[in-house]
Amino acid sequence: MHKGISCIKAVEMIPDGATLMIGGFMGSGTPHRIIDELVRQGKKDLTVISNDTGMPDYGAIKLLAGHQIKKLYATHIGQTPETGRQMIAGEMEVELCPQGTFVERIRAGGYGLGGVLTTTGLGTIVAEGKRAIEVNGKEYLLETPLRANFALIAAFQCDLLGNVAYSLTGRNFNQAMAMAADTVIVEAEHIVPVGVIPPDMVATPFVCVDYIVERCGINGR
Amino acid sequence: MDAKVAIAKRVALELKDGELVNLGIGLPTMILQFLPSGINVYLQTENGLVGMGAASPPGMGSPSNVDAGGRLAGAIPGAASIDSCVSFGLIRGGHLDLSVLGGLEVDEKGQLANWMIPGKMVPGMGGGMDLVTGAKRVIVAMTHSAKGAAKIVKKCSLPLTSIRRVNLIVTEMAVIEPTEKGLVLREIAPGITREQVIAATDASLIISDNLIEMPV
Repeated sequence: MHKGISCIKAVEMIPDGATLMIGGFMGSGTPHRIIDELVRQGKKDLTVISNDTGMPDYGAIKLLAGHQIKKLYATHIGQTPETGRQMIAGEMEVELCPQGTFVERIRAGGYGLGGVLTTTGLGTIVAEGKRAIEVNGKEYLLETPLRANFALIAAFQCDLLGNVAYSLTGRNFNQAMAMAADTVIVEAEHIVPVGVIPPDMVATPFVCVDYIVERCGINGR
Repeated sequence: MDAKVAIAKRVALELKDGELVNLGIGLPTMILQFLPSGINVYLQTENGLVGMGAASPPGMGSPSNVDAGGRLAGAIPGAASIDSCVSFGLIRGGHLDLSVLGGLEVDEKGQLANWMIPGKMVPGMGGGMDLVTGAKRVIVAMTHSAKGAAKIVKKCSLPLTSIRRVNLIVTEMAVIEPTEKGLVLREIAPGITREQVIAATDASLIISDNLIEMPV
């Protein structure tokens, strides 16, 4: 199956009101081309699950200028003051979640688990409204799974089948998110022939990947 | 001596050779400049690297290699790239030797608040709650007071980061160890009196029998 798709067509698949997981950490390992296209096409009422909204003018923050996000799940928004402003002003709903819990909720969503038990957040405002469960005499918080309609993944290399390798801290949430959405779209720095990524280096197997955003520019045409 | 330099110098003495350490953004990162010779630690950055190193020369960095503040970083030989699940597995699974973080308040129970001021500053907790809950040892590195207000208090007024008792508080004035019995004053900075520390602290302090001058 040929998984290549133009960035324009990939984003056209995403309806208003969709739930998106967007990989990345402060704009590193973030699918920037797809985000730019989401802005250009003016997709709205999005629910976005992303660790942060990047840095000023870099990353998912670009979706905030046009108020494209209805609800945001994130762990840290301190680098982009506009995110905090929209949250406090009530222009966007934000659920802040401890980062380890955030990624485990995504993992649970992708791995078919009913949730995760963690001690992180116990006794803090994070625990409000959540069930505490005792296991072997120790108390844990039940954190529920997260899933999305689309996962927007940034890869270092992606082969023509869809096998993905990441680079350094660009891996971050991408690996977990690629398991946790109905449709997975990969934006790669390098699209390479099958076999270039050795099996041991494949972090996300091709079966998880639905679409590969085609290269832009002369070499990709 | 600049307050932050004094704090960084003192915390540096707490790091042991070969430890896996996570340093918060800002003041805690300064600690590396003051590591005693012969002490080498591995830095874990929660966005996915064991063995973070100094950034490459300008123009040579990779946007896929950043620190927990999003700034370009590097990787030392022997470093390992990990995804966020493994990264927080290290943190919460008891594999991280030490976490050094800043603080807004620490109270008599040794509980830390450092992630939000309701209605004013809501940056989010990031990895802070997991670090304070899961690291083997937690050191809070912070100035003793902020704009004249004590940061070491009877009970935190700000939302807690974790109910875990932190292991040590290092300020420019003192080193304080939270214990089951309360906050034990262990060290006082050169030129500072016991009375000055007590006056700048809103919590009860137990004076250690072995009270010494802070080695900075």
